[in-house]
Amino acid sequence: MKPSSFAYAKTRSLDETIGLLEQHRDEARIIAGGQSLMALLNLRLSAPKLLVDINGIAGLDGIALDGGDLKIGALVRHSAAQKSPLVARHAPLLALALPHVAHPAIRNRGTVGGSIALADPAAELPACLLALGGAVEIAGPGGMRTVAADDFFQGLYQTALGPDEVLTAIRLPAAGETTRVAFAELARRHGDFALVGLAASARAEGDRLEDLRLAFLSVALTPVRARRAETVLNGQRLGSLPVDEAVAALADDLDPDGDIHASREMKMHLAGVLLRRVAAQLERPVP
Amino acid sequence: MNQTSTRITLTVNGGRVDETVECRKTLVDFLREDLGLTGSHVGCEHGVCGACTVRVDGSIVRGCLILAVQCDGAEVETIEGLSDSAEIADLQENFIARNALQCGYCTPGMLMAAAELLAEGGVPSREAIREYISGNYCRCTGYQAIVDAVEATARQRAGRTS
Repeated sequence: MKPSSFAYAKTRSLDETIGLLEQHRDEARIIAGGQSLMALLNLRLSAPKLLVDINGIAGLDGIALDGGDLKIGALVRHSAAQKSPLVARHAPLLALALPHVAHPAIRNRGTVGGSIALADPAAELPACLLALGGAVEIAGPGGMRTVAADDFFQGLYQTALGPDEVLTAIRLPAAGETTRVAFAELARRHGDFALVGLAASARAEGDRLEDLRLAFLSVALTPVRARRAETVLNGQRLGSLPVDEAVAALADDLDPDGDIHASREMKMHLAGVLLRRVAAQLERPVP
Repeated sequence: MNQTSTRITLTVNGGRVDETVECRKTLVDFLREDLGLTGSHVGCEHGVCGACTVRVDGSIVRGCLILAVQCDGAEVETIEGLSDSAEIADLQENFIARNALQCGYCTPGMLMAAAELLAEGGVPSREAIREYISGNYCRCTGYQAIVDAVEATARQRAGRTS
């Protein structure tokens, strides 16, 4: 038995959950899929007094079109999202990225909301949310609020979520006919955390690439936009995108620290490799 | 709210189990220590190695990344259950025939993962097999023989139904 001792509460409603969080604040932690938290508990890197299990809350595991968005409930498992025809059709970027998330046994348990709420900078889904310009729905003592992806990720495992709030769903703008998406990552072994990864979304306006959003993972404390490279590529003609110039712009966009897996130089090089691959994917419509 | 242990009722390999567990106890520790089901192995204990893979409500999960208390009301199946029901007898035969295990430590988890892939039907590519078992470490075989055994089982099952 590895974790330190804690009490456990399986909640049945958001109100009950928020009530417990208000009462216990920093001493409580929410567990959803637990595929990151359980490892942290086993390693005693996290030692809450109370674990609040939200898996019993009804209504948080739906996937549905809502206005122009695809809304994915916080408790949707990675494997359910991967098998969902709605995700394949309306959020093709997620469909591209999900097979890269860990392994089947982890995807069967891990949740979409949990991945976003944890905000691991090496995780795929936070970068996808950012690339799509999506948003996060949050329930708290004052009711519901929505936070744009650009404002949600604030630092290493730091998000806009307050200690007494629960992420209830993510919203992704539904793909249209002109939508282009791309995803690529480099990992030493399939399913491992990526050394570097890149999620992208854009529109093909006539023969031009528009509204490009590039979100890198594993190069900073949060998923990060490569805004200079976006500017270089936006408005450019498909078929002759100035990829060399965009790769050069990454020197201004990214400032990764090296780690035991890859040096700073290697990460910068791989970021350029991925931008070339992603640019090639963006040339083609979503299959 | 301050209780650090609780009573749970669940189904394990088809039988009803009613036990008091510490809230912090992982499912795999509960299976091994409380129920004596030592077929599920404990390796890294943080979700990397796959030796503890078991089925919960029909899907494979890491036994070290889920708490026993979270399995209250759930249906849990372990390698003991799959062996006794003969659900994977053909897969196990192919593991033996192709020397797909040496020390055997990873084998229960490997079988649980491969069984889920095989249950999807058809004959997966060797690449798809490798991807599906990518979360299960084997330090003896180099995986080649394991992929052989899974592929052979898929071919045999496809041959029987066509």
